[in-house]
Amino acid sequence: MANIIDELKKNQILELLDQGKRIDGRNLDQTRELSIEINAIPKANGSARVRLGDTEVICGVKIQPDRPFPDMGDKGIFICTAELLPLSDPSVETGPPGPDVIELARVVDRGIRESHMVDLSQLVIEKDKSVVGVFADNVAVDYDGNLFDACSYAATAALLSSKTPKWNWTDDAPVLAEGEESAVPITTIPVSVTMGKIGNHIIVDPNADEWASMDARITITSDSDGNICALQKGGVDGFTQEEIFKCGEISVRIGAQIREKLKEAQKGA
Amino acid sequence: MGGREATMVLLDENGIRCDGRKVDEPRRIMIRAGGLKNADGSAYIEFGDNKILVGVFGPRDVHPKHMANTDTGILRVRYHMEPFSVGERKNPAPSRREIEISKVIKEALEPAVMLDKFPRTAVDVFIEVLQADGGTRCAALTAASVALADAGIPMRDMVAAIAAGKVADTVILDVNNEEDQAGQADMPMGYMPNIGKITLLQLDGVLTPEEYKKCIEVGIDGCKKVYELQKQALNDKYFGNRD
Repeated sequence: MANIIDELKKNQILELLDQGKRIDGRNLDQTRELSIEINAIPKANGSARVRLGDTEVICGVKIQPDRPFPDMGDKGIFICTAELLPLSDPSVETGPPGPDVIELARVVDRGIRESHMVDLSQLVIEKDKSVVGVFADNVAVDYDGNLFDACSYAATAALLSSKTPKWNWTDDAPVLAEGEESAVPITTIPVSVTMGKIGNHIIVDPNADEWASMDARITITSDSDGNICALQKGGVDGFTQEEIFKCGEISVRIGAQIREKLKEAQKGA
Repeated sequence: MGGREATMVLLDENGIRCDGRKVDEPRRIMIRAGGLKNADGSAYIEFGDNKILVGVFGPRDVHPKHMANTDTGILRVRYHMEPFSVGERKNPAPSRREIEISKVIKEALEPAVMLDKFPRTAVDVFIEVLQADGGTRCAALTAASVALADAGIPMRDMVAAIAAGKVADTVILDVNNEEDQAGQADMPMGYMPNIGKITLLQLDGVLTPEEYKKCIEVGIDGCKKVYELQKQALNDKYFGNRD
């Protein structure tokens, strides 16, 4: 039954797109309304609750001392995860994550990591022995498509608002310096823009119905300088060279708009 | 990228890379179609120091049965690295990285395979990385296409794959392990030359919009070179003098 409804809906979405329209009335390159609430979880070192249309993600940042990776003793640690909670959609089951969720978490992590948003060289307590670990954990609580961007915006907003405690290296152990908090060192604001391909149409920020009807998708992350720093193609169709060029241009243009909203959210906090 | 500092010169003043290649020169590529007796189709590829074996089974019955689709066949891909394939022993259990790569390779192959020709069945592609040296997903995808063709699976095209990237502010073709770890960008790409579609594309590392376009162009050109070697491998097996 679900299959038949999906097929009918897909046909409807495609017919509308052929007339230049989307099922929810947006322009092809228009994102849904983005709302960002900073410091939604005060016990975290930084947090954000993000709604992108009806997709809702909460990201909490925890910052704590950790051992450095063996070959990176002069760099702090940054890890970003993403999880779909069972209450976010009836189709989500408990248990270990499947390939879709693993890909989601890795793509969100990669976009932020590759932009070098967090300056990890400033997060060293004692070289080769102890560094600061920054963990940005996303949980999706409501699903209406495009978790890639919702998680990315939530993590970015949470990191921008994060305060890191300070630790001193005393007697071979990191010791918390009371009352000495500072902003997490930030070098750039990465913004991911996910586009779906349905037929020959490229649409920005697909909702759940569009997501289920897509032939292929592409997520491109750009930084504050307008450079492209990460990309992931997914789905069972391909893109032509011209389409890839076009998606690159869209991602930088839309990314700049979203970046302003992320900055605004920080000011309002 | 890996975030490690370059301990070697990635590109010297004459435009020569750390392994002696020119900027647009791929590593040595050897592809063999067939080779496994039990698999319905197989291929072996040496791509620089990468050594990868691919076996294809099917179309065959789907187990577990609930995975079967009455409208179309399904493609399943497992990308797996042997514990001895990398510097430090790798845990043989599938990592999150391997699960993601399995997924992107599957989605890169699907547009090429005519799955609708055999509903209710599965085609299984098993990729085993025997030795890894940067660029395994591209080498694996290239070999998997040949193995699918060797299995006689109906296909629209083969997917050829290679990475473009950036070292020392210069766009290069076919990123090796050192360049991946210490370079500025790595963009693995899979491309169907006859159809003109990019079916695998990833990027990590920072590129200006101009470099982004250049990487796509360099990658497509590289894929076309790889494609010739794929065809040659099939030609050698079915029309050549081997064995």
